[in-house]
Amino acid sequence: MDALDLARWQFGITTVYHFLFVPLTIGLGVFVAGLQTAWYRTGKEHYLTLTKFFGKLFLINFAMGVVTGIVQEFQFGMNWSEYSIFVGDVFGAPLALEALLAFFLESTFLGLWIFGWDKLPKKLHLATIWAAVIGSNLSAYFILAANAWMKHPVGYEVVDGRARMTDLWAVLTNSTALAQVPHVVAGSFVVAGGFVLAVAGYRILRERNVTGLLPRKKDFLDTTTPMRRGVDMWRAALRGALVMTAIAGAIVAITGDMSGQLLHEQQPMKLAAAEGLRHDTAGAAFSPVPGIEVPNLLSLLSAHDPNAVVQGIDDINQRLVTQFGPGDYTPNLPVVYLSFRVMIVFGLATVGLAFLGLFLTRGRGRKARPVPSWFARLCVLALPLPIAAIISGWLLSEIGRQPWTVQGELLTAASVSPGVSLAEVAISLALFTVVYGVLTVAEIVLLVRHVKAGPDEPVPAVVETETERRVPTLMY
Amino acid sequence: MTTFWFIVIAFLWTGYFVLEGFDFGVGALMPLLARGEAERRQVLRTIGPVWDGNEVWLITAIGAMFAAFPAWYAGFLSGFYLAAVMVVLGLIVRGVGLEWRGKVRAKEVPLVDAAIVTGSVLPAFLWGAIFGNVLFGSAFATVMGGLLSLGLALVHGAVFVALKTRGPVRSRAREMGWVLGVILVPVVAFALWRMGAWPAYGAMATYAAGVALLWAGREAWAFACTAVTIALTTASLFLALYPEPLPGLTVESAASAPYTLTVLTWIGVLALPGVIAYQAWTYWVFRKRLTAPEVLLESRSA
Repeated sequence: MDALDLARWQFGITTVYHFLFVPLTIGLGVFVAGLQTAWYRTGKEHYLTLTKFFGKLFLINFAMGVVTGIVQEFQFGMNWSEYSIFVGDVFGAPLALEALLAFFLESTFLGLWIFGWDKLPKKLHLATIWAAVIGSNLSAYFILAANAWMKHPVGYEVVDGRARMTDLWAVLTNSTALAQVPHVVAGSFVVAGGFVLAVAGYRILRERNVTGLLPRKKDFLDTTTPMRRGVDMWRAALRGALVMTAIAGAIVAITGDMSGQLLHEQQPMKLAAAEGLRHDTAGAAFSPVPGIEVPNLLSLLSAHDPNAVVQGIDDINQRLVTQFGPGDYTPNLPVVYLSFRVMIVFGLATVGLAFLGLFLTRGRGRKARPVPSWFARLCVLALPLPIAAIISGWLLSEIGRQPWTVQGELLTAASVSPGVSLAEVAISLALFTVVYGVLTVAEIVLLVRHVKAGPDEPVPAVVETETERRVPTLMY
Repeated sequence: MTTFWFIVIAFLWTGYFVLEGFDFGVGALMPLLARGEAERRQVLRTIGPVWDGNEVWLITAIGAMFAAFPAWYAGFLSGFYLAAVMVVLGLIVRGVGLEWRGKVRAKEVPLVDAAIVTGSVLPAFLWGAIFGNVLFGSAFATVMGGLLSLGLALVHGAVFVALKTRGPVRSRAREMGWVLGVILVPVVAFALWRMGAWPAYGAMATYAAGVALLWAGREAWAFACTAVTIALTTASLFLALYPEPLPGLTVESAASAPYTLTVLTWIGVLALPGVIAYQAWTYWVFRKRLTAPEVLLESRSA
């Protein structure tokens, strides 16, 4: 164990940890903004109740995304100074742009949104949450463009042992980034969709238990019982999340296919490792689980040609040895192989759940089908799936890039800070682990508590809604 | 071009220290300025809508250093490794503390407040300590630098609370501000004198004026003075860092190539005025002085 290993563990832990919160921030922010927009346009009180309820969950989570993100920006310089010096000219630019164009927007307008409820006109207040979530999504673009450059460096030349940017536009429109950004952002919407499904599913079960009734058809048709109103509100939230998850899931699948093809061209080692393919093979097979092989599928998926040659690990390694000198250029094969499968299986399961839910709850108005209790329960149980899928996607993407930090240009072993000792990294790793551990518990407790407690305001009664809607008409 | 970008970095750090300076001061002084929960909320509410936006000045400053002077960024953060870890940990516990304070149970609030105070004091001290060490290299300078940055943040924060509140908190903040200001005169005077550049002498004058104006009850002018004090102190820091921001590293050798600096300049020129405009607008929206009962009653997402 040396400083390099610990620095890698620290980077891995802090990055995966950061990435537990960020996808939820990205997707849930848009969901909350959508709820507030629905409230603004329809004036229906339950949209406001939902906006505030999910807004609170969003903010609990948002805080974690922000503070763990600071670590990310510092860490390149702290632990990877050789990397930073090599790439700063190219890699630093999207990071600076992210801060300047995205983070300012996000944080400033979120402050306005949180505290602006009774200080800004309704329309302007709605605009602040949209500005904030646009900031979040823009930041995803910039950081993923920087990340894509590590896997597929473009728009640069190496002068005196440092990469120099020659074309910012090429960096920002890197084909790897253009496939990766929609894949990760849509994946974030799937995570947020899965989160809302779990929360709404839990609330539906809870409302039914609270009224002490098994769901009977007449309860759902009677619009005046409290049960109907409560369940109806959560059904609306659940339906919104189902639509979001289904659409985002389709985008994830399409862009995942694009990414697969780019791997074939740009990062053959990662593709080979994901499949455990040892040798260059024409018409390569794909095995979703060990033991089952679908002939020609890997070639079909990665090159859109059933007979295409897919490069194998050992042969690629041989070629890299010829090119870069002796060494082992393979990533951690079991991790890459496994994370690839977890990503696909868990991701597809989440999207399948969404389509199933859309079918089960179809219909509008009086024909609207209630959410079956078993499905609500399934939504709660499925919460870990999208999170595991998106984390596995990152493990595949980043561990599969090893042993390079910048593909073909800089090895991870040559990237680490030479002046930072093993003891120093051990101390920081221990501190981060402790603080992050405590904060994880705190965040989960806070989220669970607020989901259990439900909205602050009681579910608005129909009568109130009617009055409130009538007041402006009478006054103006 | 490299000199221009050095000035840009100095400007971003100045924005950070001036804005987050009072955030740190408010966070650190909160238990002393407030009696009871309502007043604590009133004090924290003064920075509630703005602290996160203020912190982005740091993120931008660090990001701009990475892009424009990679070797400076890398040497600075790896050279002060453990100090940087502590700064980041401070910012972490403070950030979640401020965001979560309204969402925890009453008996957990003291823990959150401890996080806010620690997370405000720690970075406020460490930034000055780090830069003091870069400039002079001695342990004494490190401590003095830390005391200077922490002290200025405390006074600046007290002035800000006095400016933004009404009632007992306001008079307490005013008193705390000028008393602290007088106590800290030796530290501030010595540290600024050691920096020895003309902005540092200017900072001494505005510091004295700020403390006096606060004592006289002219809070807005006092705030302007403490803000200028921090700006001038940062200016003299960066004057001293030029052209060697780290021992043995020159600005020229640390800089990115002209192409990168040029495109960054264009984007910065286009974007930064917008950022400053909407941040200023935020302060305008929340310009009203706060009272404790109003803060308890206001509607917010929390």
